[in-house]
Amino acid sequence: MTAANGWTADEMMTVAAARALPDRAVCFVGIGLPSSAANLARRMHAPDAVLIYESGCIGAKPGTLPSSIGDGVLSDTADAVIGVPEIFAYWLQGGRIDVGFLGAAQIDRFANINTTVIGGYQAPKVRLPGAGGAPEIAANCGEVVITLRHGRRSLVEEIDFITSLGHGDGGDHRERLRLRGRGPGTVITDLGVLQPDPETKELTLTSVHPGVEAADVAAETGWDLRVAPDLDVTPPPSDEELSVLRELQG
Amino acid sequence: MSRFAGLAEAVAAHVGDGDTVAVEGFTHLISFAAGHEIIRQGRRDLTLVRMTPDVVYDQMIGAGCARKLVFSWGGNPGVGSLHRFRDAVENGWPRPLEIDEHSHAGLAERWRAGAAGLPFGVLRGYSGTSLADHTLTIAPIACPFTGEELAAVPALNPDVGIIHAQQADRAGNVMLWGISGVQKECVLSSRRSIVTVEEVVDSFEPRVNGVVLPSWTIDAVCVVPGGAHPSYAHDFSERDNDYYAAWDPISRDRRAFEAWLGGMRDGVAA
Repeated sequence: MTAANGWTADEMMTVAAARALPDRAVCFVGIGLPSSAANLARRMHAPDAVLIYESGCIGAKPGTLPSSIGDGVLSDTADAVIGVPEIFAYWLQGGRIDVGFLGAAQIDRFANINTTVIGGYQAPKVRLPGAGGAPEIAANCGEVVITLRHGRRSLVEEIDFITSLGHGDGGDHRERLRLRGRGPGTVITDLGVLQPDPETKELTLTSVHPGVEAADVAAETGWDLRVAPDLDVTPPPSDEELSVLRELQG
Repeated sequence: MSRFAGLAEAVAAHVGDGDTVAVEGFTHLISFAAGHEIIRQGRRDLTLVRMTPDVVYDQMIGAGCARKLVFSWGGNPGVGSLHRFRDAVENGWPRPLEIDEHSHAGLAERWRAGAAGLPFGVLRGYSGTSLADHTLTIAPIACPFTGEELAAVPALNPDVGIIHAQQADRAGNVMLWGISGVQKECVLSSRRSIVTVEEVVDSFEPRVNGVVLPSWTIDAVCVVPGGAHPSYAHDFSERDNDYYAAWDPISRDRRAFEAWLGGMRDGVAA
């Protein structure tokens, strides 16, 4: 899908995710779109954001996007390279990460994430890669930003497996489990931005990307989607955001 | 004390049918050479352990070496699915694969407990997830000091741990650097260990994030330059991203995979 002025829906999603990363934030970055977004942010408004990759690279500053979580360009440019048990124990569980960027195969209306199986666990229809670092990223980071492509098979009424907890059953579920982080605060898709209602924690459409109507988003969502009364339109990617992103992607 | 050996000899001596085997490496320093040798020697009924089973585990699973997989993320990094792994889990081909599935934080803690000689590790993890319901090796435990509920996971102590590293010295000590993953924990947790290395040197230079594993923690050192390919050895090689991408169509198709397997067994390609 390409808009009239030349950006794609995936580029809009990446740019919107980049804007969600504040400067000086310490960010736990997954590979793929989250990594593109975090590196774009570092070149735009967040030069002092600290990117942490789960391979043990703290403060990585890759010049081109890595294709795996453990490319040499990450360790070469990092402030520190440490072992994997330390990353998860001292840094993530130690409460030192502000923002976790996660992808997802499926989410539900409370931003619970499935990256494990479609279908039953014992005899799955589709076996997905599994958890990786996500369950503890979702639990322990100050805030979580989720990116995924919109569709009725990805934003679903009920997920088959909770790989990583979002807002559970909604309301104060996270507080009851005594999780340290606030959980998913923003879900960014190729159609718009969803944010949890402050009370119920149900995801609500708060912004649509340019050219997208709220009804389009609702039609692509597997539950009865709530729409914010003051619905925004996401500013389109600027020329600078686009050129920097494309340069990063080589 | 470690002993220098040929890779075929080391695998024959240390890896038996039914063993629990870890060929570790977090993207970096993965001993593909050892995985391929295990396939060539036709090992069966292995319990394979790895945080990030990637292409070499897809190959071993497709070749029928594995009965069970202990893991925390099973994909082809930057590419997509491991289709041999999926075929085994979804369709039982070439044989069913039992799984023991964790998060990275949990499996890293299992490695650390194994290296420390403790019966279990503990973490603030798995709360509210379905993993806690399905994985038998995750149990709730109360902190004896504060009462906080935490997750306990049992130590990993494989029969054989296998890693790649950059260098050995002539006494059989091993040094690796760059992304160190759980290489140290893998060797220290395992009852026996094999390390494939790029080269042998008279003495080690100090390195950033250098890890030295003394000779007496290792059983066999095998000099296999390029033994991590298509993974890489920092300062010796680059990750061969094209190989990972090219694996996808082979992995998707049983016939293409079997053709690859035949070639690999004959030593035509790796």
